[in-house]
Amino acid sequence: MGKLFIHHDLVNDDTANKLVKICPFGAIEYKEGKLEINAACKMCRICVKKGPKGVIEYIEEPVINIDKSQYKGIAVYVDHVNGKIHPVTFELIGKARELAKKVNYPVYCIFPGFQIFDNAEELLHYGVDEVFIYDYLELKHFNVETYTAVFEDFIINKKPSVILIGATTTGRSLAPRVAARFKTGLTADCTVLDIKENSDLVQIRPAFGGNIMAQIVTPNSRPQLATVRYKIMNAPQRTDEANGKITVCSMDTNKLKSNLEVLKITEKEVEENISEAEIIVVAGRAIKTKQDMSLAYELAEVLGGSFAGTRPMVEAGWIDAKKQIGLSGRTVKPKLIITLGVSGAVQFTAGMKSADYIFAINKDPKAAIFSVAHYGIIGDIYEIVPKLIENIKKEKGLVGEMPKYAAPSTRN
Amino acid sequence: MKIIVCIKQVPGTSKVQVDPITGVLIRSGIDTKMNPYDLFALESALRLKEEFGGVVNVITMGPPQAIEIIKEAFMMGADDGVLLSDKKFAGADVLATSYTLSQGIRKMGDFDIIITGKQTTDGDTAQVGPEIAEYLNIPHVANVLKILEVTNKDITVEMDMPETVEIVKIKFPCLISVEKDIYQPRLPSFKRKMQTKNKEVKVLCLKDMEDKDEKKYGLSGSPTQVERIFPPDENADKEIWEGTGDELADKITNKLKELKFI
Repeated sequence: MGKLFIHHDLVNDDTANKLVKICPFGAIEYKEGKLEINAACKMCRICVKKGPKGVIEYIEEPVINIDKSQYKGIAVYVDHVNGKIHPVTFELIGKARELAKKVNYPVYCIFPGFQIFDNAEELLHYGVDEVFIYDYLELKHFNVETYTAVFEDFIINKKPSVILIGATTTGRSLAPRVAARFKTGLTADCTVLDIKENSDLVQIRPAFGGNIMAQIVTPNSRPQLATVRYKIMNAPQRTDEANGKITVCSMDTNKLKSNLEVLKITEKEVEENISEAEIIVVAGRAIKTKQDMSLAYELAEVLGGSFAGTRPMVEAGWIDAKKQIGLSGRTVKPKLIITLGVSGAVQFTAGMKSADYIFAINKDPKAAIFSVAHYGIIGDIYEIVPKLIENIKKEKGLVGEMPKYAAPSTRN
Repeated sequence: MKIIVCIKQVPGTSKVQVDPITGVLIRSGIDTKMNPYDLFALESALRLKEEFGGVVNVITMGPPQAIEIIKEAFMMGADDGVLLSDKKFAGADVLATSYTLSQGIRKMGDFDIIITGKQTTDGDTAQVGPEIAEYLNIPHVANVLKILEVTNKDITVEMDMPETVEIVKIKFPCLISVEKDIYQPRLPSFKRKMQTKNKEVKVLCLKDMEDKDEKKYGLSGSPTQVERIFPPDENADKEIWEGTGDELADKITNKLKELKFI
C-alpha cells in the first residue's frame, strides 16, 4: 500500500494544468498556485505514470506480509434452493478446476442446506475433490446471517485460498458479508479469472463505469473472494463415475441464530428468461420512440427469438428490467444476438460478448459495439430492419401475416 | 423511525474510455449525478417516514463537490446530511468504502433502518450495503422488491431470489437494499429547494471518526489493488459491412441463412 506525494518544488502552472487534465476522475485541483489531490482519487496512478515527470510520486509503505502458504484450495459456493443446485455452480467448478491445476490445489465445494446429501453427490461427477456439507434445519432456506456463519466456520477450518461465488441475487448478498467478516478483498462480476504462481487470483472486470477493463488482485489478504455471473464460465462435462468425497461438517448451532426470519418462499411466475434464449434481438438507444420498439419485437418474432434492451431503454421505461442485458441486468450466451443501435458500453458487452454470433447494426462507425461484433453493419436501423424483417418473412413464407410496425399486444 | 439512506455521486455519462495507444483515460465532461438507484432508496425512506413519522438522514462519501447530491436529497425531503470527505479516504475499494461509511454512520447516532440502492452505476458491484451491515453487526436483506409490513421492532420484506421470492422478517436495527421500481421516486421540489438552500451539510473527515487508524481507510485499507487498466479486447476476425439499407438487409439475410438461423 502507499500514497501519492506531491513534489511542490516542481509544481508550476504548466505541470499543474497538465496534471489536472490527465486525471480521469477530476481529483487533482490547482488553486492559487497550490496543487492538491482530493477525495475523488482512485489511486489509478495515471498522474505518476503519464503526468509530467516526478511531480507526483507514488510512495510505497511497508506492509507486513501474510503467510500465503497457510491457505490452500479453491472453494466454490453451491448456490441452491432446497437443494436444487443453480447451474452457475457447475460453471464455477469448471473454472476452479482450471485454476487449481495451475497451483496444484484441491477443489472444494461449500454447501449449506438441509437434507442435501443426495444433491451433494451430484457435484462429485464434475471433478470436485471434496464437498463440505453443513446440514441443519436452520440452513433450509437462504439466510445471509446463518450462511455467513457457515462460511466463517469453513474458512477458519479449511483455509481456502480462493472462494468463487455465483453472482446471483443470493451470491451478491452473501459474498460481501463474508468478505467483510474476514476483512478481505472481493471482486464482483469477474469476466476473466487466472491465478499466479504465488496463488494471487487475477480478476478482470469492467471498471469505473466506462469502457475500461481493470485487472484486480488481492495481494496481501486471504481468502480471495470473487463473484462471477451465470453464463460467463463453462461447465465441465458430467462424468459417469463420481470422484472425490463428501464431508459432513458440524458446527456450533448457537452461531445459527439469526435476526432474520424466513416466513415464506414462493415460486416466481414462470417468465420468459432471456438468459436461456438462443436468439436475441437487442434494442438500443438509436430507437427513437417507444412505438419503434416494434422493430425489435418484430425482428425477434420472425427469427423465433427473444428481445432485450440496454440500460437506457430500461431507464426510459420502454422495456422491462428483466430484459436488460449487461452488468446491471442479465448475462446471456445465445447462439445469435443482433443489436439494433446499441453503442456497446463495456457494461453491456460484458453481458453478451460470449454469444456465438454477434451482429451489430449502428450508424456510428466508431461505436464500441463493433469491437465485439462478428458482423458489424454500419447503417441506420430504420433503413435496414424493416427490409430485413420482410426478407426473413419471405424466406420463412410468413408474408402478409404480421402488419409492419405493429404495436405489441401481449408483450412488454 | 430513524432512517439513514446511503447515496453516491456518480459520473453523469459512461463515456470514459482508454486511449489504446497511450493507455490514458479519456473523459468526456465531468458532469455528475446522484446514482439513479439511490433515488429508489431515498423514496422508500421518505414513504416510511410519511407513514410512521421520524427522520430521514442521508450519508455519502466523496470529494467536496459530492455535497451537491446531499442538497438534492434535501430537495426530495431528507432532513439531514453527512458528507465523508478526506483525501485519506481516496483510492478506497469496497471494503475500505464500507468501513468508512460504517464509521460515519456510527457518528449519526441510533437508527432503526439503513436503506441503500441496489448498486451504483459506476462500480456496479452491489457489495457496499452488505459490507456496511457486517461492519455494524446488523442483519441485512438485499434485493428487496417490496416492503410488506412495518412494526416498531421489525420490518417484513419481499426478497428477490434466482427462482423464488422469499418473504423475510428482519429485526431493527437493520439494512435493506432495494430494487429499482420499488416505488416511483419523487422529483426534487422547488419549494424545498428554497427552504433548504442554506441548510448546513455536516462534513466529516478522518479525525472525526471513532477509529482514526489511517491504515483502515482509502488505499491503505483496501485489500484489492488495481494492477492495470486497459481497453476491452477487440474481436480479431470481424467483418464490417457498409452499403444502402436494402443491400445491408439482404446481406444480413443471406448470412443468417448460411448460418442456418433462417
